[in-house]
Amino acid sequence: MAEQNAPRDLPQHRRNILDTLEIDTRLLGMIGAFVVICIVFDVWTGGRFLTPRNIFNLTIQTVSVAIMATGMVFVIVTRHIDLSVGALLATCSAFMGMTMTNWLPNMLGVELGASIIAPVAILVGVIVGTAIGAFHGWLIGYLTIPAFIVTLGGLFVWRNVAWHLSSGQTLGPLDPNFLKLGGISGTLGASASWILGILATGFALYMLWNARRSKLAHGFPIKPVWAEMTIGGIVAATILGFVWILNSYEVPTRKLARDFREAGMEMPEGYTEVYGVPYSVLILIVVALVMTIIAQRTRLGRYIFATGGNPEAAQLSGIDTKLLTVKIFAIVGFLCAISAVVASARLTYHTNDIGTLDELRVIAAAVIGGTALSGGFGTIYGAILGALIMQSLQSGMAMVGVEAPYQNIVVGVVLVFAVYVDILYRKRTGD
Amino acid sequence: MPLDTSDRGTPLLEMRNMRKSFGGIHAVEDVSINLWPGEVVGILGHNGAGKSVLMKMLSGAYPRDAGQILINGQEAHIENPRDARKYNIETIYQTLALADNLDAASNLFLGRELVTPLGLVNDAKMEAETRKIMNRLNPNFQRFHTPVSGLSGGQRQSVAISRAVYFNAKILIMDEPTAALGVEETAMVARLIDELKAQGLGILLIDHDIHQVKALCDRASVMKNGKLVGTVRVNEVTEDDILGMIILGKNPETGVE
Repeated sequence: MAEQNAPRDLPQHRRNILDTLEIDTRLLGMIGAFVVICIVFDVWTGGRFLTPRNIFNLTIQTVSVAIMATGMVFVIVTRHIDLSVGALLATCSAFMGMTMTNWLPNMLGVELGASIIAPVAILVGVIVGTAIGAFHGWLIGYLTIPAFIVTLGGLFVWRNVAWHLSSGQTLGPLDPNFLKLGGISGTLGASASWILGILATGFALYMLWNARRSKLAHGFPIKPVWAEMTIGGIVAATILGFVWILNSYEVPTRKLARDFREAGMEMPEGYTEVYGVPYSVLILIVVALVMTIIAQRTRLGRYIFATGGNPEAAQLSGIDTKLLTVKIFAIVGFLCAISAVVASARLTYHTNDIGTLDELRVIAAAVIGGTALSGGFGTIYGAILGALIMQSLQSGMAMVGVEAPYQNIVVGVVLVFAVYVDILYRKRTGD
Repeated sequence: MPLDTSDRGTPLLEMRNMRKSFGGIHAVEDVSINLWPGEVVGILGHNGAGKSVLMKMLSGAYPRDAGQILINGQEAHIENPRDARKYNIETIYQTLALADNLDAASNLFLGRELVTPLGLVNDAKMEAETRKIMNRLNPNFQRFHTPVSGLSGGQRQSVAISRAVYFNAKILIMDEPTAALGVEETAMVARLIDELKAQGLGILLIDHDIHQVKALCDRASVMKNGKLVGTVRVNEVTEDDILGMIILGKNPETGVE
């Protein structure tokens, strides 16, 4: 295939080091902003911000919004919007809460604590979320009602369907196995976290090597070896560093002692245990991987971006843009259900106001992460980084004692400012 | 020399009594056009004469209200762009219909991506194929990793043309392919049309440039207010005859089929 395509006259000049490394400058900017936020708050709080404990908390607080933000990328890329994700999360959470605390034990006579409860509840939530999302997509794609209106209506409807289901009451306590997916009550521990970290590093390096091999096989230009090594090194250091931090957060001795007492044993002297990677973060990693593959390596993803870039061209190319809209909103609905699992498990209850204002946080995360509201551009990693930036701002301010209303003012200003910077960036680079 | 139609065997394409209205406006009324292999038929008329609507019915972009499409004498069922592609009908739209945020290869294969055995899109293979076809059509083209928004008008046109050519079109619809091009690029398109014609493709060419129609087309069908004025053998009529058909809706005395 490649014989005739020797890269005889490809532009070989590379302007600077960033060019050579082929690093997205936008990604670099976001990482830069994140690092600045971390350092500023760490100094401000006298070193309390960048502790394993706080980083652990920051991570588990980010998961729910980050999961939904990956789906919001697809929605915004196709020039739509979804204002209903927070309300949809509440409905999924209410369905799951009712399944666990009422329907299964009271109507079907399943014993509380049975291992079947959590999987059934999650299945119910996922089906509900996906179905509602697909329904939104049908209204938008086939009946051509604007997404803004459909999901604005959805915001009212689903928030109150949730209220109706639970009769406005807090549902709980939720199933103990279910709670493991919320964060602190379900973690991998030290060894499993390290194994995960090493596997992830190996996988990332393999992907880099594979991409290089594929380029070589087709005779396309490649980066110099030192550039590949540098990127590989940074990736490996980031993954393993993250695992190391989470593995440095020790379970408080008092909690360990209580666990031992409950098991009817005596805690050995000097016994310690660490949390490691929470299951909820594992879920986010899987979601991020799958969504990235969908975005970059599947026809579905290609059609999403093509439709965002030029809806008419997509249609003329034979893409069924109506069905595509249904698929996109179904994906968002599915992700809302997954987020509902994490969010309600973290709270240990289904509450009436769960997910309130999440739609705005999710949109903000996607937009701060570089998703263009004019459509056609956006990345999954950007949205996750956007969610992380928002969450660090918010928890940082909480730690230094900024009151809630002022926190929201700052977040709002940052959102507008971030989009302005993005506009300037696009003008500069012509993207 | 053009042959009498009765000697030419089954047409590659027959559009019979095509009709399309939007609300109360008859965009295309009762238009019939034939196309034989290795032939270029010009579709002419003022803006709003119905040329583009007629072509969009053939390419599946608009469902037709009435009329028949026959390909090699067999009735073709074209309800959407996907159907048209199945019959090897390719279209180069005036707007080019490119997704500006994607690169040349993604645009060329849009809707027909090459996939790996795992079902994932095979970008490397698609880029290699794109380089191959570009080497043939526009060897100067080298910007394979740029979103097409960053390309010049001529380069964008190359992408749109290569998309139509790559998939072995039998019927090619070109909607003002040279409207936005410079002299050199226009010559390139003209050469390409001759080359494709020699390969036995049937080409429908919407064009406003009468010189070009005279140079490139075998026959020309003129439309006015949604109706077909007539179809003429191009080398049997003058440019003024064709202008008369376009402006006055009047057929010349000779050369009409």
